[in-house]
This record gives sequence, C-alpha cells and structure tokens, in this order.
Amino acid sequence: MEHVVNHSSTLADKVEKLTSQSPMLCYQCGKCSAGCPVRDHMDESPNQVVRYAQLGFDDAALKSSTIWLCAGCMTCSSRCPQNFDLAKFMDAMRQIALEEKVAIGEKDTAKFHDAFLNQIRKHGRAFEFGFVREYKLKTQNFLQDVDVAPEMFIKGKIGLFPHKVKDAEGIKKIFDKTE
Amino acid sequence: MKIGYYPGCSLTGTGREYDLSLRKVLNDLDVELEELNDWSCCGATSAHATNHLLSLALPARNLLIAQKQKLNEVVAPCAACYNRLTVSQHEIETNPSTAQQLTDILGEPVNSSFAIINIIELFGRIGKEKIIEKRKHELKDIKAACYYGCLLVRPVDVTRFDDAEQPSSMERIIEATGAKPVDWNFKTECCGGSHSIAHKEIVVDLSKKIIDDAKLHGADVIVVACPMCHSNLDMRQRSMKSDAEMPILYLSEFIGLSLGIKPKELGVDLHFISADKLLEKVL
Repeated sequence: MEHVVNHSSTLADKVEKLTSQSPMLCYQCGKCSAGCPVRDHMDESPNQVVRYAQLGFDDAALKSSTIWLCAGCMTCSSRCPQNFDLAKFMDAMRQIALEEKVAIGEKDTAKFHDAFLNQIRKHGRAFEFGFVREYKLKTQNFLQDVDVAPEMFIKGKIGLFPHKVKDAEGIKKIFDKTE
Repeated sequence: MKIGYYPGCSLTGTGREYDLSLRKVLNDLDVELEELNDWSCCGATSAHATNHLLSLALPARNLLIAQKQKLNEVVAPCAACYNRLTVSQHEIETNPSTAQQLTDILGEPVNSSFAIINIIELFGRIGKEKIIEKRKHELKDIKAACYYGCLLVRPVDVTRFDDAEQPSSMERIIEATGAKPVDWNFKTECCGGSHSIAHKEIVVDLSKKIIDDAKLHGADVIVVACPMCHSNLDMRQRSMKSDAEMPILYLSEFIGLSLGIKPKELGVDLHFISADKLLEKVL
C-alpha cells in the first residue's frame, strides 16, 4: 500500500474543514464497528477507515466500500465515547471521494444517489419511477425488483408522471449554487 | 388545533396510505392541517450522503415557506424529512456562516421561530385522553412492537427526542388504543434505509433481524412512523423467506383502527403483507 502524506492538505484536514471535527479525536476503541448494523457487508470496519484517515492512507480510506455502505443510521455517532460524529465523517468522505474522482468502492450506491438527486433537480420532488428507471439505465440491472414493481403500480404507489414543484427556478438555483 | 403539514415525497407515492390515514385520523381528532405551499423534497439520504450544503439548502427552502405561512409548528410525518428539516434548522441556529450561505442561496434569511415536530410528538400533544375519548374499539388483544428506527431519535443533540437506545413515547400513545406494547430489543436498529434499491440484500438482512426480534417477543404487529422503514419491513418481507408474515402498520393506521375508521379508508389494503389476521382480532 502506497503511503503518501501530503501535509498541505491531507484527507484528515479536508474532513475537518467539511465537518468541523478532527478525525484525530477517535482513539480507536471500536465501539462504532461493534454496533454497526452494516459492518458484515463492508470491506473495512468503520473505525479502520478513520484509522486510515488518521495515518494518511487517504486512498485506502476513500476507496473503501465502507463509506458508501454506511446507511447513515448514526448509531455510532450516538454511542461514541469521544462524541466523534462518525456518520458526519462518512458523509464528508463520500463528498470528497466524488470531488476527487477516486475509484468509487461501491459504484451502485453512488449511481443511486446520483439518479435520485437528478430527479429532484428536474422536478423538485422525488419521482420514484424516474429515478429507478435512471438507476437501471446506469447500472444495466434491469431485472431487479420485477417481483414487486407490478404490484406497486396496481396499488398506486408508483406514478408514471412526476409531481412537479411550480417554483422550478428556485430549485434550479439551489442546485446551481451548491454544486 | 391547527398545524403546518410537510407531507414529503414518499407520502405522495410509496407511503400514500400514511398520508391517507393521517388525514382521516387527525380530522377525527379535531386537528386541522395546513400544507406548505409548493413544498419540495428535503434531499433525503442522497443529498446528505454526497453534498453537505445541498443537504441543508433543500430543507431550508421549505423552512422558508413555513415561515412565510406564519406557522408555529410543522409536522413532518416522514422520519427522514423530519430529520433533514431539523438538522437544517439546527445548523441555521448554531452556525452563523452556514446560515449566511443559505441566505445567499435562497435570497432571504430563514429564522427558526417555529418548531418541526414528528408524528409521535403530534399524537403526544393531542393527548391520550382525546384518543381514549374518541375510541370505538379497544385493541386489547393486540401486542404491538413500536419501531422508531434511526431518524427520529438521532442525532441526539439535534432531534432532542426521547431516547436513542430505549425510547418509549410511542408505547405511551399505543396504550391509549388499549393495545399492549411489547418489550423488545430492536426499537432503534436500522432497517437499511435507502439501500433498498442498490443493495436490497442489506435491507433484507437488517429488516429481517428486526422482524425476527419482534416475533420472538410475541408481537402481532410492528407499528412504524417512517415510510422508508415501512417499505423495507413490508415490501421486502417476501424476500426474507420467513415462515410467518408480520403485518407492518403506520402509527396513524393503528390509531385509526381504534377510532373505528374502516381499514380500507386507512389504506391498510395497500400493504404487501396482509393485515387480515390482525384485523380479525381487532374488529
């Protein structure tokens, strides 16, 4: 593993800037990983990803599947003896991974978020049919959910047309000014 | 009693029975809802997972609408919406530079002179006495597991609601219907949230553990207060290969049954897992 420490702007610095908390707060007790409901599905444990950031193994941290599979349940944040908000750390890690265009450790999740937000940008509200269609096109995963989709249509849980917000200009402005 | 209403996107689609049942029940309990004009999406998981400023600005647009409608309180029945609106309001209150950034984006400042409340708080305010007064059926043979999920109780210092590990406010409301809340261990464990599309296997794994624990403790039904939790526990249940089905009801549907509202009017027939056996016990 390549170990490059760039003192001008390390990953730990960038995370601290985005979240107003230093990853150095973590003293590696592992309570977060012990209570993480998604740990079994991740390649690295959550506290290991923090350790990578602390030691300057930036690539290893940013390319882990862990940062994308974190469900944002905040169980870790609420239990941390150092009051380190690990869920917030994970949010920042995803944002940095996208900004720096590193190889995403969990592509489907990133594509899902992208498809979801594209629908908000277009309509102002989440449009399930729209983002699932866009997600399937992005991932070429057409067979997923064929078991439940017809029933969702019948029950009126998925519409074919979006509910559009009238103030489309206001929504566009929010996206333009935050991206 | 009149209160601002932010339905959120799920309540117009996958969770439309939540909206349906809430409107019916609140009407019976003499609560008037004033919907936010031209409300937009809170950004949900996808915004906060990838863009911090966007995740605060999308809810802030709705806070501004509530402010303009001069509402004192706004109820957000979706736990995710409640969470994102509350986080955005908290940032505006505690972080002046973020508040300034949001003012620049929205063109005017958002103040926080109103409260965002969740559905459990709303029923808490209406009061047990009112539910008992209007009750048509005492659901005394029902054992209910109250499931809170993540987003009502965390982050602890932001939502400041109940307890992150062992909350009990929903149980107090459920008792007003006559039902017996069960003591169980998965009240605030995660259902897998937005992984439902990209990683169904994670949702099936996490949600199955929740349902299994409710069964172990003798529950007839799991009562929820979030449309995402509902769709994960209900719609994904068939993929769990369990021997017995567990009906999943919204808190508003459950209260509605005790108020004597017909199950169909509450949208109980829109679920994937049938509640017929439970309804036989109730009606």
